[in-house]
Amino acid sequence: MIYREVGDFKTTYRADGQTFPIRFDRWRYYAVLLVAFAVVPFIINDYWLNAVLLPFLIYSIAAIGLNILTGYCGQVSLGTGGFMAVGAYSCYKLMTGFPDLNIMICVLVSGIITALVGMLFGLPSLRIKGFYLAVATLAAQFFLVWMFNKVAWFYNYSASGQINAPERTMFGYKITGAETSAPVTYLFCLVLVVILAIVARNLTRGHLGRSWMAIRDMDIAAEIIGVNPLKAKLTAFGISSFYIGVAGALLFAVYLGAVEVGEVFGIQKSFLVLFMIIIGGLGSIFGSFAGAAFMVLLPVLLKNVLVGTLGWPTDIATHLEFAIVGALIVMFLILEPHGLAQLWRIVKEKLRLWPFPH
Amino acid sequence: MSADFLFGVEVLLNGLMAGVMYSLVALGFVLIFKASGIFNYAQGVMALFAAQTLVGIQTGLIPFSHLINAMLGTKIHHFGWNVPTFIAILITIGIMVLFAIIVEKLILKHLVNQEPIILFMATIGLAYFLEGFGDLMWGAEIKKLDVGIPQGGNLWIEESTAFLGGDDFYGFYLDTLDIYATVIAVILVASLILFSQYTKTGRALRAVADDHQAALSVGISLRTIWVIVWSIAGFVALVAGVMWGAKSGVQFSLSLIALKALPVLMLGGFTSIPGAIIGGLIIGVGEKLFEFLIGAPFLGGATENWFAYMLALVFLIFRPQGLFGEKIIERV
Amino acid sequence: MKLKTLTAMTLIAAMGAPFAATPALADLVFPSLSYRTGPYAANGIPFADGYEDYFKLINARDGGIGGEKARVIECETGYNTEKGVECYESTKGEGALVYQPLSTGITYQLIPKSAADGIPLHTMGYGRTSAANGKVFNTVFNYPANYWNGASAVVNHLLDINDGDIKGKTLALVYHNSAYGKEPIRTLEELSKKHGFELTLLPVDHPGQEQKSQWLQIRREKPDYVTMWGWGVMNATAIQEAANIRYPMENFIGVWWSGSENDVRPVGAKANGYKAVNFHGVGDDYPVYDDLKKHVYDAGDATGAGDQHGTVLYNRGMYAAMLAVEAAKKAQEIHDVADITPAMMRDGMEALEITEEKMEELGLPNFGPSFKVSCENHGGPGLVTVNQWDAKADSWEQLGEYSESDMDVIGALIDEDSAAYAKENEVEEACS
Repeated sequence: MIYREVGDFKTTYRADGQTFPIRFDRWRYYAVLLVAFAVVPFIINDYWLNAVLLPFLIYSIAAIGLNILTGYCGQVSLGTGGFMAVGAYSCYKLMTGFPDLNIMICVLVSGIITALVGMLFGLPSLRIKGFYLAVATLAAQFFLVWMFNKVAWFYNYSASGQINAPERTMFGYKITGAETSAPVTYLFCLVLVVILAIVARNLTRGHLGRSWMAIRDMDIAAEIIGVNPLKAKLTAFGISSFYIGVAGALLFAVYLGAVEVGEVFGIQKSFLVLFMIIIGGLGSIFGSFAGAAFMVLLPVLLKNVLVGTLGWPTDIATHLEFAIVGALIVMFLILEPHGLAQLWRIVKEKLRLWPFPH
Repeated sequence: MSADFLFGVEVLLNGLMAGVMYSLVALGFVLIFKASGIFNYAQGVMALFAAQTLVGIQTGLIPFSHLINAMLGTKIHHFGWNVPTFIAILITIGIMVLFAIIVEKLILKHLVNQEPIILFMATIGLAYFLEGFGDLMWGAEIKKLDVGIPQGGNLWIEESTAFLGGDDFYGFYLDTLDIYATVIAVILVASLILFSQYTKTGRALRAVADDHQAALSVGISLRTIWVIVWSIAGFVALVAGVMWGAKSGVQFSLSLIALKALPVLMLGGFTSIPGAIIGGLIIGVGEKLFEFLIGAPFLGGATENWFAYMLALVFLIFRPQGLFGEKIIERV
Repeated sequence: MKLKTLTAMTLIAAMGAPFAATPALADLVFPSLSYRTGPYAANGIPFADGYEDYFKLINARDGGIGGEKARVIECETGYNTEKGVECYESTKGEGALVYQPLSTGITYQLIPKSAADGIPLHTMGYGRTSAANGKVFNTVFNYPANYWNGASAVVNHLLDINDGDIKGKTLALVYHNSAYGKEPIRTLEELSKKHGFELTLLPVDHPGQEQKSQWLQIRREKPDYVTMWGWGVMNATAIQEAANIRYPMENFIGVWWSGSENDVRPVGAKANGYKAVNFHGVGDDYPVYDDLKKHVYDAGDATGAGDQHGTVLYNRGMYAAMLAVEAAKKAQEIHDVADITPAMMRDGMEALEITEEKMEELGLPNFGPSFKVSCENHGGPGLVTVNQWDAKADSWEQLGEYSESDMDVIGALIDEDSAAYAKENEVEEACS
């Protein structure tokens, strides 16, 4: 009733192949974009921005990146934190080395540098598979963190090894630094998120995406039918790392402003992003958003309910928060192992027929 | 003998000892992976939880006292008794068995036939849960664990080897705790092997590890086997938790020892108990020697963490299933 | 769909709760960004308890600060930078007067924010050392002592026990391989040039449960002294390993974050003689504890489990609270209003003067050094003392008075580092 394809005729191939072929989906998509671009910037405040929206947007990019690698190409990676660190430190070096460079270019170039590093660490994937690969990517994680901590050139020889994002502007608005205004940084990240999500969506629907999925489903079979595993796996590592690098650069430059590599880009970050895509749904762009929203919102929500509303001591609330997040993850996996995206698909199926049961 | 050579030998010996400590953690992973194909990320947190429970029972802490105090406004914390170590260990083992039963009932049962990554994620969820739950139950303070194992450099070894070098050389340094750990690890592995070779349950275990379907069809209950395996893994976690806890106190970071076990697993293969031991030894010796020869003098130190993974990675490129892992056969 | 909107609405209601539930009360807000969970929980708990208990005492005994009640909002960071951001944003709207970020990462993150929002930071014995230069870091204070004072104090102590000559001696620094652990390196390098001792650096990776390589190296190279910049489980492990290789404990000196009961107790009797530098008193032998007992503990109002009284970190939390209260009093005096703003608080902190008489008056005789803050110097004179652990008595003992650190060396380093920050972030040096 609400959601249906009846009467939604396509007269061209182009129309049939568009991203959202169903009219309702398309409207919903435009509505979300409208709210995100035209409503949210006017009502946003510092708390919502820094506690919820910025982390959500930035982690969405990282989750899309990891989803390309893990969800679409089937290569489990635990090096996300390390690759985000590459993005962050490249961004720092670019920002301080070329003060006149536009911040948007800094962020994108950081992504490209990360892509190269990611492809380098992706090489073993041609030989190592499954959990062995997952653990092997941890080598990248630990090595990169150690390197950024050890080599003073990366943090411009500062006394403690912390990096600070200097103030940079775009079109006269401050994007990084302390005196940014909430709507500006929000819009900056939002634009990136939207562009990157559209690109990812179309990549995964095209030739490249199909070759990734063929590798994921069975690499030997894929090789036999003519998919080049070297090319497919390395492009997946490269593109995935590009996204993760951009996310790392944004996390450092726009969100946190100051970063210490071991603390911010440690192994727990790799797990966090992996959580997001599994809870959201492997092999789904929408799932990446849903998972990021879940993992960012839930702790904030639980904290505000337990401490803010119920007035519990903060330590008990946090322990309980851990227990609840853990239990919810397990529960989700039991109820719907394919994540929130699958749940959404089921809802859509139901809505197509609503109000009839069959 | 030259001093550098002797120091090298000393580093090697200590690497072997450290390797045993890593193997203890890795063993728990291998047991569960073999029997159920689950990569159990929660193993480290299980070690923490087991150690916390042991200390809690030993010193007579009231479980959930912080929570009770916060909700009811009471001021309770101790029962006021001390439980003898041996009994406390028995009770802790009981709790770990109970934990295994609950995990099977609430989680594993529902996730039969899911993809490995889903099961892996479930154990990460479990790790989160257990971490919060353990701290709720016993509090997050640092606790001293004392089960009567002496610590410190072994004097006898030092004195009887001091003659090897010049005046600078004090003799080989070996931590008594590590020596105990080695003995315990040997006993543990031997009894695990005996158990799996010579008991009926052990044979059933091996059958399940070989082929789930076939095991089911000859009448082996998969669910009982899982409970048993998780109980054994819980016991191994307790041993690892006690050994590491005695070293540095029982507190949150204990759960991070899982990260030290992962390269061991990769190198030894996820499915091999001897692999876990030998992998541990190679990693232990490798990272300590690298730090001694190259890391500390040339790279500024603290190289152990990543070097362990790099070493494992190099091995994997030549043997993608680990040194002792089952050969991966792929068919279309 | 209905269910979804409903959930969304509950969500928004719950998230909005912290704003709606707390109308602007006329009281003085002191947020406590504590960490009672995570890898450093054991250290975070006593500090947070001490911090809050002192404000409770002020409210119960004096009826607040200058007639205004103090309100502590506790927010759990778990030592995590991102949670720290959330805590900062959620509490700053409530009129927070001063932040104690309690983590190097969160401090660095908040330094530019605090400058933009005009809310002062007090990073007592941690954070960015060069923030002592108030000309660049207008809103950041790190009195009474910072890491570089600590490093210098370690060297001074070595000079003391060697009759002023440590030429040719060797000192090994065992440090947490992070921003925090790397802080003292530059100072120690400068000092080693000045005094002619040799410095060896031994990084330990987080979390630091495995330090065999480092201590085997110490056993091989036999440095005359070892100093440590450790945190969390690393401390206890290091002291344990030192005991294992039978390193003489009295030659092993930690920084103040490596000098609490949590670090030595797990090692037991073998930790006897371990030293740590500190900038405040230890134990509970101070008159203020009688007041605390009377007004807070006996009223059943002690924060947390109430088992941390008199520990080093509890005292540190209490000391931080005491300095905040004194600064608030000063601010009230300067601006002649009771309900001060963060900007006034900043002025109060900058005009803070702690004298021996004042400490007596507060029931804390000889608890901390006397010092005076000025616009140029937000770090105080850096007076530091040395504590030694007595395992038999299960307590720390203070060795000697609070003594000066080598400000010639440190001052130059502070100027250099703060100038670099000023250049990178285009801050103009000024004293208003």
